[in-house]
Amino acid sequence: MERIPILKMGEFLLVTIQVDMHDQLAMTLQDDLTDRVVKTKARGVLIDISSLEIVDSFIGRMIGNIAAMSSVLDAATVVVGMRPAVAITLVELGLSLKGVRTALNVEKGIALLRTSVLDGQDAGA
Amino acid sequence: MPSGEPRALVDVLTQEEPAILAGWLRRQADAARRLGDDPEIPTLSRDFLRRLRSALQTAAQDGRAADVNAPVWSEVKDWLNDFSRQRARQGYSPSETATFVFSLKHALFERLRVAFANDAEQLAEQTWHATVLLDGLGLYTTEVYQKGREEVIAQQQQEMLELSTPVVQLWEGILALPLIGTLDSNRTQVVMESLLQRVVETSAEIAIIDITGVPTVDTLVAQHLLKTVAAARLMGADCMISGIRPQIAQTIVHLGVELGNVTTMATLADAFGVALKRTGRMVTKKAETGDGL
Repeated sequence: MERIPILKMGEFLLVTIQVDMHDQLAMTLQDDLTDRVVKTKARGVLIDISSLEIVDSFIGRMIGNIAAMSSVLDAATVVVGMRPAVAITLVELGLSLKGVRTALNVEKGIALLRTSVLDGQDAGA
Repeated sequence: MPSGEPRALVDVLTQEEPAILAGWLRRQADAARRLGDDPEIPTLSRDFLRRLRSALQTAAQDGRAADVNAPVWSEVKDWLNDFSRQRARQGYSPSETATFVFSLKHALFERLRVAFANDAEQLAEQTWHATVLLDGLGLYTTEVYQKGREEVIAQQQQEMLELSTPVVQLWEGILALPLIGTLDSNRTQVVMESLLQRVVETSAEIAIIDITGVPTVDTLVAQHLLKTVAAARLMGADCMISGIRPQIAQTIVHLGVELGNVTTMATLADAFGVALKRTGRMVTKKAETGDGL
């Protein structure tokens, strides 16, 4: 069965969506990612959607949900690389992914994760 | 009306062409000074009259002189088409343009009166033919004129749309979008697309939308602005709105527009300062070096 790979990089998890999402794939990713976050005690999750060209309301909501779920599991979550067309579509659908952090590319996303994790440690200490 | 014998009309046109042309030119000069001033008018008039006559000749053989929708008239209509569009572009009014055709009536009727001085029935019938024909052609001129104008307007709208949405880079990672004019749905779409495209190209972290040139902000405009901000945020760029004039600030509060957690600034300069700070930069004045050196 088709699956979206979840890569572990240090204390972060990296999800790169390289194919066009369909509903079942999104559901599977949701299960897999929450599992992995709990198992690996990841501090941050980075979701790269730069190859995603088509979104509908369901996929848009799933992206938001997956990001929100990781946040609930205390992993800072960043969605990176959204294409202009996808951004416009999501806004037109009324899905502005409130509460989800975004960055332009993977590099900036990792930087954002590092600072937010560091901030979290400072606050906890 | 009986179709009668349009041939008589053709005969009059053929025999009296110079007189009709002279009368027509005189009428045009009287009717509209601008038309009379145009040095091309005599050439254009002669040209039109010749085409009219040859089309009428062909049409008269079928006995359908008055029907301007017949294919016989397509050549005359093409000519009028060009003429009318040219007039529209040169800034002539619709009535000035239509007068070109309508003023032919007077000259033509004058000649018809002379030709059928002793035949009232024939005179009435030929006058009717000429009226229907020239009315049809005159109305066609106006219609084409209108279309020409509309094309000009549509083209200008398109140009304005393209002109008025530049995205400028203020600094590395900082974009500014100075908006001029009212924001409607169409423009929002264009603005959003060009902004997001530039965000990708320049990998900007901060975008400043400057609304100094937006005359009014109502709930709809505010909603469009918020959409743009939300789309930029989804791409990972922070958005600020600057250039909010005092009246606009009042309107926004009175309308109860919720700008959410969007950073708003009075001027573009303020917003730029904040943007520099957020990207970890600062602007300092060069130290005074007057006394040492």
